[in-house]
Amino acid sequence: MTVAVFFGCTFIAFGPAISLFLFTIARDPLRVIFLIAGAFFWLVSLLLSSLVWFITVQVSNKNSATQQRGLLIFGVVLSVLLQETFRYGYYRLLKKANEGLLALSQEDTMPISMRQLAYVSGLGFGFMSGAFSVVNILSDSLGPGTVGIHGDPQHYFISSAFMTLAIILLHMFWGVVFFEACERQRWWALGAVVISHLIVSCLTFVNPHYQGSLIPTYIILSIMAAWAYLCAGGSLRNLKLCLTCKDKDFLLANHRPR
Amino acid sequence: MRKMEKLISINCVKLLITALFYTCVSCSSVEQKIYVELNDTVPCVRLLNATHQIGCQSSMSGDTGVLHVLESESDLDWILNTGPHPPYMVIMETAFFSRSVMLRMKNSSRVAGVAVIVSRTGLAENFSPHTTCPNQNTGVYSAKYGPELANCNVTTWNPLGNGLSYEDFAFPVFALKDENQTQVIRKCYEDHNLRLNGSAPQYPLCAMQLFSHMHAVTDTVTCMRRTDLQNRFSINPEILCDPLNDYNVWASTRPLNNSAKGQTTNESFVIAATRLDGRSFFWQEAPAAEGTVSGIVTLLAAVQALYPVIQLAPPPRNIFFAFFQGEAFDYIGSSKMVYDMERKEFVIDLNNVHSMLEIGQVGLRNGRDLWMHSDPISRMNSSSVEEEVSDMMKNMHSIAAGLNVSLDEPPASQPLPPSSFQRFLRARQIPGLVLADHRTSFVNRYYESMYDDAENLNVSYPPNLSPEEKLVYETEAAKSLAEVATLVARSLYKQAGGDDSNLNNITADPKIVAQLLYGFVIQKNNSWFQSLLPPDLTKKGILSSGPPQFYIGLGPRTYGPVHSVTLFVQHIMANLTGTVTNLTETQCQKPDDISTENKDLYAYFWVSGSTAVNSSGPFCVRAPVRLSKAMSPAFERQEYGSQDYSTWTESRWKSIRARVFLVASRELEMLTLGVGVAVLLLSLLVTYFLSSKAELLFSSARETPTTTY
Repeated sequence: MTVAVFFGCTFIAFGPAISLFLFTIARDPLRVIFLIAGAFFWLVSLLLSSLVWFITVQVSNKNSATQQRGLLIFGVVLSVLLQETFRYGYYRLLKKANEGLLALSQEDTMPISMRQLAYVSGLGFGFMSGAFSVVNILSDSLGPGTVGIHGDPQHYFISSAFMTLAIILLHMFWGVVFFEACERQRWWALGAVVISHLIVSCLTFVNPHYQGSLIPTYIILSIMAAWAYLCAGGSLRNLKLCLTCKDKDFLLANHRPR
Repeated sequence: MRKMEKLISINCVKLLITALFYTCVSCSSVEQKIYVELNDTVPCVRLLNATHQIGCQSSMSGDTGVLHVLESESDLDWILNTGPHPPYMVIMETAFFSRSVMLRMKNSSRVAGVAVIVSRTGLAENFSPHTTCPNQNTGVYSAKYGPELANCNVTTWNPLGNGLSYEDFAFPVFALKDENQTQVIRKCYEDHNLRLNGSAPQYPLCAMQLFSHMHAVTDTVTCMRRTDLQNRFSINPEILCDPLNDYNVWASTRPLNNSAKGQTTNESFVIAATRLDGRSFFWQEAPAAEGTVSGIVTLLAAVQALYPVIQLAPPPRNIFFAFFQGEAFDYIGSSKMVYDMERKEFVIDLNNVHSMLEIGQVGLRNGRDLWMHSDPISRMNSSSVEEEVSDMMKNMHSIAAGLNVSLDEPPASQPLPPSSFQRFLRARQIPGLVLADHRTSFVNRYYESMYDDAENLNVSYPPNLSPEEKLVYETEAAKSLAEVATLVARSLYKQAGGDDSNLNNITADPKIVAQLLYGFVIQKNNSWFQSLLPPDLTKKGILSSGPPQFYIGLGPRTYGPVHSVTLFVQHIMANLTGTVTNLTETQCQKPDDISTENKDLYAYFWVSGSTAVNSSGPFCVRAPVRLSKAMSPAFERQEYGSQDYSTWTESRWKSIRARVFLVASRELEMLTLGVGVAVLLLSLLVTYFLSSKAELLFSSARETPTTTY
């Protein structure tokens, strides 16, 4: 549409991710490195899955719409599975790297915990995934026109931005839950992450009925947020204490040496 | 073994990469959801001369406006005054494309651009965007020569002209010629922009964006100065405008030595001339049927009528046939030829010119008279000129009587109409006549407009004829032009001093005239044109569908440096005046080595020949037909502000295109921005809160995260 829409959608899609990066990651170079590495792993998984999809499209019948749609669904499922595979691969790599880092560092303890690595890698996946989802759409939003001349609904840009926002946060939560599940060998949690990722991706096939895809996605987002909070060490009690500002007493009571 | 495996894997990767590169990448599918690109746009471009710029211009990133169809006066009021969503992109019905409406649009700030629907329904009785006095400053009549006749004081040649082509518009004006495209635009308008019960339409609204940004501004002097600066100081010079140029076609009955400049012998020539070009408001749209094609067809038919007799009984004087290009733009072709003749850089010079007969607009005769226009000033000043001109008129009268064509003279004090002959008179007072179908003002009601087409020339065929049948069908217009051609041919023969007894053998063949007319106003992609052109030209697509366009334009073009019409005329002349040789293709292209052929006297053409099944294929034709450069002398002399010669240039541009899409309301855009800023601020706040309380929130971890905060 115009510059206003471009900035609006950019802020919607990347606002939380940028604020998370600014406040929690930007100051620690180690976290930045692991974020970028995570983004790279996601990119490689996308490259592989798009290669497979591209080849299948070339050999398929380009004129058959149902076949193309079927191929698209196949491509999406394959991409999700590859992303989760690469997330697992990143986990294994980080495990190995941690031992090495421990050997190298002069302190006795690890410079970065597995939990933080889970969060950072999830956010890295999220950044890259969000970028690839929405940058194309943002560049088209700069022009003077809006979607609709062929009958598509008008709220394409803003819906895409909200979807991207959800996906970025979801990747972060999935990362936390996934790594926790791998640490504790809880394979059912792993399966749940994969299945929820599949559900969210396949919900986009309901578009252009944006309510049908956005609302369930945000429901799943809130469920995953709660789960990730619990995995990361939070509890309802902490949350209540925090919100009612009784934290000073709490800290004093639970004083720990630094 | 290892090396083999490595090689195989490397080859596989290479194969994959090349396969990926060869498959084409489709454009962004989001863009396809938003925009409908309009193909085949017909823009109006900017032309400049020594003092002014004319035409249309869009801003650099295109002009966008909400569509509104202009069908009635209330629509005009809505666009200019009351409509709530300015600026508007006006879709103008044919009836409203007039000077008053366009000037009102020009003065309004609420018009982003105009797209004119080109059709014959609703077309006014007359429409001529040219000026009322064509080429008034570069003709022969000026303050020094016949001042009372200058500037159309005595006769307004084009009284129906509204001068739209010579106005400068700050918004783009496009023509919608394709009916399907117009339908797409109308449908979008009807779906989104219609006013229900007098209330304004709701967003989202259908809008159109037109791109036609022109690089040149102000006038030719400025543009050429900037181009010279670029050429001199820039590593990557960007040329802003180009002079209009092409080639004239000339031929003579007795071959002339092309390499000799300035005729040394005392040969005397009769020049028979006509113009090759036309124009209209829009770029490269100039069917010019009555304005130009009538003259071309008549002269070509006259050539065809003359040639057999000239081979048998050559007249004492040489006849020089000339087709001048660029006459619509201050006589580019004829001024260049006269300039070369004056400086003795042309094959003949002005001393050799005995007289001149020019063929103007002769198509709308309709059984009426033909008129012989002459210049009163030269007739008054010189008795020899008066004698010669009277002689010419007498000869033509007697020939016309024999042909049953009524010929007459306009009032003696009337000046010459705009014609190439005026440029010759500027250099030397030679006797000459201009043949036309109008006594005073033009009878062509669509002079130099898009509507001067076959229908204006009354060229119509009975229904259910195949293209091949239409090619040879002799319409009334063809028969009428054939009569004029016979008159011209016989007059030229008599003027060249030929014997009266041979006159009756000179007759134009109506079939040739019919073929010429079909090729030049209906369909250029026909079997006759195909047989006359070289095979490589037809392969390059010079014979596309539809009639040829006569706008001079600039070289080079996709099929070569010469304009398609110039090529057609050149090859038709070669066919009519040439002889078949049995040279091979390589010999035809380089006949220097062959003793019997003379490259100085003749030009050699490799033509396709008939496309019939039992034809022999391409062959070589030798003909005394040449091209001479038609670029205004002002550019040769680098006098870009010249008042004597044509200084017309055409601006350059990067892209000309149009697209249709929906626009959303400003409120929705601001709302999106507002929501985005709110989300960003909210997330900043929440994240700050979370990160500052992180120790507390995530404290019930089993492993103690001793981290560096």
